[in-house]
Amino acid sequence: MSVPNAQRQIDMLTKMLRIREFEERVKRTFTDHPGVIRGHTHLADGAEASIVGSLSHFKKGDAALATYRCHGYPIALGTDTKAMMAEILGRVDGLCKGLGGSMHLTDVKKGFLGTSGIVGAGIPHAAGAAWAAQIRKKREVVFCFFGDGASKQGAFAETLNIASLWKLPVIFVMENNGYNVVTTSAQEDANAAAGQPLSIKAKSFAMPGVTVDGTDPLAVAAAVGKAVRRARRGDGPTLVESKVYRLSAHGNIIAPPGVPLHYPEHEAITVFGKREEYEAALRGDPVPRFRGILVQNGTLTAAAADAITQKVVAEMEAAVKFAVASPYPKLESALDHVYA
Amino acid sequence: MAQLPYIAAIDAGIHQEMRRDPSVLYFGQNLATTENHEFVAAYGHDRVRVTPISETAEIGMAIGAAMAGFRPVVELYMAEFMLVAMDQVLNEAPKFRYMSGGQVKVPLVLKAGFGFACGWAGQHTGSLTALFMGVPGLKVVVPSTAADAKGLMATSIRDDNPVVFMHHYLLTLEHGEVPDGEHLVPFGQAAIRRTGGDVTLVATGWMVNRALAAAEALAKEGIQAEVIDPRTVAPLDLDTILKSVAKTGRLVVVDQAPRHATVGGIIAADVVEHGFESLRAPIIQVNARDTTVPYSEPLEAYVIPDEARICAAVRKVCKTAR
Repeated sequence: MSVPNAQRQIDMLTKMLRIREFEERVKRTFTDHPGVIRGHTHLADGAEASIVGSLSHFKKGDAALATYRCHGYPIALGTDTKAMMAEILGRVDGLCKGLGGSMHLTDVKKGFLGTSGIVGAGIPHAAGAAWAAQIRKKREVVFCFFGDGASKQGAFAETLNIASLWKLPVIFVMENNGYNVVTTSAQEDANAAAGQPLSIKAKSFAMPGVTVDGTDPLAVAAAVGKAVRRARRGDGPTLVESKVYRLSAHGNIIAPPGVPLHYPEHEAITVFGKREEYEAALRGDPVPRFRGILVQNGTLTAAAADAITQKVVAEMEAAVKFAVASPYPKLESALDHVYA
Repeated sequence: MAQLPYIAAIDAGIHQEMRRDPSVLYFGQNLATTENHEFVAAYGHDRVRVTPISETAEIGMAIGAAMAGFRPVVELYMAEFMLVAMDQVLNEAPKFRYMSGGQVKVPLVLKAGFGFACGWAGQHTGSLTALFMGVPGLKVVVPSTAADAKGLMATSIRDDNPVVFMHHYLLTLEHGEVPDGEHLVPFGQAAIRRTGGDVTLVATGWMVNRALAAAEALAKEGIQAEVIDPRTVAPLDLDTILKSVAKTGRLVVVDQAPRHATVGGIIAADVVEHGFESLRAPIIQVNARDTTVPYSEPLEAYVIPDEARICAAVRKVCKTAR
């Protein structure tokens, strides 16, 4: 196992910051520009280290698929954040021409094949793409991201069984953020209730399962790296449980038209009254923590870290400005792309 | 031309496309379990695979493989097995192209038999075609002859969209002339199975045969029925139906599904909207009775539309015509 070199670690921090600052802008847009974001958005704050650590192994020709909580992955893969923000605002310059929105970001050119709004539905899509990779025999792999809640849908069990049986080159990255909307894992998962790591589910499907601290990008990179090497060798899939803490509520409030949308407080506080748990998670925020580690161990100076942050903030503010200025698509474009 | 049973003609269509295009995959339950299976022997295990009983994974994986550049055909056997995986069929496959702003295409075929009204009771006999035809992004194909079974399967595989290929189980062993060599039947072109000037009968699948039998019986009474088989219901060739109704002034739609779940009802609504001035009598729908398909033979026959009910409907529209 090789630890990423200094420059790669700085790149990882930069990507984590870009995801965080992008999503901060999404959040702020609800108050800065009321009404421009519709429907439901879901943020990845708290999972940046897991996303970036996992995708640090992504090579050209690989593919990634995810769920509706999908802003982080394309940023890590290099998607234009202006096009992403324009998509979230439903504008003509959007990544998906305003037809998909926040929950369905897709960037095929970057290998980000698609996102389903149904928690477990994308898991078999990833396995199908992995079958394609297996047939092509170019040692390409597929990264499949989903949440702990999805592991209770049938799609999870069905797909892990076939993926293991067929030795498909897929890495199942289960981001366990502790909550399924307002339900805790222990309330709905037999393994969690029994005090077991969720990666134990891999045993049922005769594949390796590993639980990793998803707030540490280097730990994630090490665990996923092992899974990626196994997949590229043709030995089959791995289930990686990446333990993170979702730092925002599940999504913005669900409300009918006319009610201003915003992000409420986290369910740990609003539903369970566990303010201490939430504040402890905030203290463990992976983004400032990784920055602190890199500054402390001399990988980069505080001034250099600040400079990166400033550049990232400028990028994301430009993305908002671009998106707000982008016009709505032509009405008839609603009828495009129904059929190929 | 060769005489082939409908089921072999479907296989011939799959072979035709697998031979010419290495990106075509064929997989599903109870398929290719031995090395001498004809598709495994011809195309190998990379492209032909047996799956566990996992419809959500099968259809979901077809979507993923399609987005990654392949053309999978999923062997689902019974149309009802798609119900296990309706999210993938109705909410995933038809929407990825759209939601991605046209970045991906999802060329896949869901091959499913339906309507097996021969003692299979309530859960393997449904006529679910209409359930799929209203979903933007899906195409829905219902061959009623062996030649169409081959040609429509081949076209389904070449189409760049998800296609639900509904083959009727009661037609399985019906023989018909099937063109040798490359054979493709275009989507959205209805077939006029019988010409006539007095009434238009529209039917799909096995009901086409019943409509034709009814038309022969009616001819003896001096009523000439035109029988139209849409062949694909999404896209639907409404023009051919409207032209026929303009000529006959009367329409009877025959459908094996219960009244409010039919392709015929949708066709009737379209004809009322776009061809009202041609109509000389109210449209009559001949459907399965509103119940689950029963097991007992006489009860099953009572529920499914038959020649007598089609004839009675035609006589009625001819009698009430303006």
